[in-house]
Amino acid sequence: MLVIKDLQASIEDKQILKGINLTVKPGEVHAIMGPNGSGKSTLSAVLTGNPAYTVTGGSVEFYGKDLLALSPEDRAHEGLFLSFQYPVEIPGVSMVNFMRTALNEKRKYFGQDPLSAADFLKLMREKRAIVQLDNKLASRAVNEGFSGGEKKRNEIFQMAMLEPKLSILDETDSGLDIDALRIVASGVNTLKSKDNATIVITHYQRLLDYIKPDFVHVLYKGRIVMSAGPELALELEEKGYDWIKEQVDSQQ
Amino acid sequence: MKETEKPEKGNQIIEEAAQAEYKYGFVTDIETEVIPKGLDEDVVRRISSLKGEPEWLLEFRLKAYRHWLTLKAPTWGHVHVPEINYQDISYYAAPRKKKEAKEIDPELKKTFDKLGIPLEEQMRLSGMAVDAVMDSVSVKTTYRERLAELGVIFCSMSEAVKDYPDLVRKYLGKVVPYTDNFYAALNSAVFSDGSFVYIPKGVRCPMELSTYFRINAAQTGQFERTLIVADDDAYVSYLEGCTAPMRDENQLHAAIVEIIVEDRAEVKYSTVQNWYPGDKDGKGGIYNLVTKRGLCRGDHSKLSWTQVETGSAITWKYPSCVLKGDHSVGEFYSVALTNNWQEADTGTKMIHLGKNSTSTIVSKGISAGHSQNSYRGMVKVAPQATGCRNFTQCDSLLLSDTSGAHTFPVIEVGNDTSVVEHEATTSKINEDQIFYCNQRGISTEDAVGLIVNGYAKEVMSKLPMEFAVEAQKLLSVSLEGAVG
Repeated sequence: MLVIKDLQASIEDKQILKGINLTVKPGEVHAIMGPNGSGKSTLSAVLTGNPAYTVTGGSVEFYGKDLLALSPEDRAHEGLFLSFQYPVEIPGVSMVNFMRTALNEKRKYFGQDPLSAADFLKLMREKRAIVQLDNKLASRAVNEGFSGGEKKRNEIFQMAMLEPKLSILDETDSGLDIDALRIVASGVNTLKSKDNATIVITHYQRLLDYIKPDFVHVLYKGRIVMSAGPELALELEEKGYDWIKEQVDSQQ
Repeated sequence: MKETEKPEKGNQIIEEAAQAEYKYGFVTDIETEVIPKGLDEDVVRRISSLKGEPEWLLEFRLKAYRHWLTLKAPTWGHVHVPEINYQDISYYAAPRKKKEAKEIDPELKKTFDKLGIPLEEQMRLSGMAVDAVMDSVSVKTTYRERLAELGVIFCSMSEAVKDYPDLVRKYLGKVVPYTDNFYAALNSAVFSDGSFVYIPKGVRCPMELSTYFRINAAQTGQFERTLIVADDDAYVSYLEGCTAPMRDENQLHAAIVEIIVEDRAEVKYSTVQNWYPGDKDGKGGIYNLVTKRGLCRGDHSKLSWTQVETGSAITWKYPSCVLKGDHSVGEFYSVALTNNWQEADTGTKMIHLGKNSTSTIVSKGISAGHSQNSYRGMVKVAPQATGCRNFTQCDSLLLSDTSGAHTFPVIEVGNDTSVVEHEATTSKINEDQIFYCNQRGISTEDAVGLIVNGYAKEVMSKLPMEFAVEAQKLLSVSLEGAVG
């Protein structure tokens, strides 16, 4: 579904991604790990079309379409979802209003009629149960006054509502206690199917105990420097990144 | 490549916003009786005689006119009202009535239908009594009979002068005297129509009362006058809406609203102001120069102003409360949105004269395009008004680098038992918020609409239901993508 070729991107003239290659197929879970500043979050920002970043080279195909030519909202409509590392607060805008707008925009994109209020609320009830958010959610403003754990659960709730084909979880485990981590991970696993795929960006093995990756990639200095099976994550947990850094730096 | 197009994209969105059409800009083709342009004592007499007014009212007009001649237009507002040639305006325009017809002209009815204003009483579901004012005169007031059973008077000002002269004479000009200011003097001299409301003692008005103002004729000014009296223990919620056709020339709207609230009575006054704001280059649009003031005369009386202002080329208005009664309550909730070249200078005055009187001010300014948006407010506590309380929250949201947000608060406290608080914030729309919405599939335009509505929610929630939905749409439409 996703084919990234030699992707390069910069922010404020600083080159961050220096040629990323990655292919993701339906049903797969890919973990992207790597030390701080290696470009993990930049990759998610560039894929979703954050205007703060400039693509300077390479290509990204999403189901055969040129992803980089699409607006951020059309990328979302096409089935790309980002669980933000820092979910944004939007005061005064209720979750029900926000999600309804989002969902109906997607339906409009595919020429479908908007969902009725009753159907929408029913859907919202079903989906919030997946991440154990209570019925106050509908009337609360988007992320406003949410605890760290609630924010991350709210991200997965939105993912459940929008049913994306490819979800990117950007450090969804950061700032979570073990209970919240379990809820979030079990939500992600519930939503997993043979038709969708997940990219998990994380520093730690911890999350990968719950969300089992098929592939683990190490991102360092804007490139994927190592790819392997789930055993690589365990090795990194044990040995850290230094041995990879040394290996890469000595080659240069 | 999308990512590199950010600045251009911003400009493009602003342009699109500027081109967003004003929905109410149509002109009704209807026979209109217009008196020739110009203003002198004869014109004032002519207006009065056209309306068959009693002598005392003509006197009131003439005194106002003579006083107006001695005044100069105020220049202290942070707006640029050009020199207005008052001889180039027609002061009276009325849709001509067909002689024998009892029903209103179908063209007129069509106009108000198009605006979504129900003039037919069978539309009972709308649950709202409406006084529709086209150009200078009231076209039709609905539900009058039903309200009369409760003793509620709701009619046009012209009819009130004929049918309830004593009431009108008792209250007219008592809250806003003709000496108040330049535009108030002008209005007092030439006012043509407006609404009159009287709620008798102990009556809770069972439905929303609403006046809908429409300027249609070209080169006319609209000078309406609204008078609302809530007697002891009465309650009324009153709504005001307004639109005008798109015309290249500017049109003057100088209205007066006077409200009197007696013991334990309560008046809620809500405005959704959507006069034509002019085009994207600032050509045309209404000059909205309005004096609105309420007197909370009774103890424990309460007056609440809520306004959503999106229209007009220039807005100059300060709906105010004179809190004379002990324990009286004044409230002002305002959202003022300016785009393109609009200028708004709006706010309130809370004058505390009664002991333990309280007031709340919540003002939300939103500036886009090249517009200038100012909050001007005064909180004054008289020395004898002990134990008073005021809370002011004054927020500004900037949507473009070329717009301005300004705040001019004045606070005077005459004793040491009163507490006055003023909080203010200025912010820019947050790009992270917009991207978050984008990533969920919401376009930048819709995202701005959502965020701005969220920002204004505290005020919007004070509007009656029917109005709130309309006002939300209005905010989004007026903004269409005005992020820069």
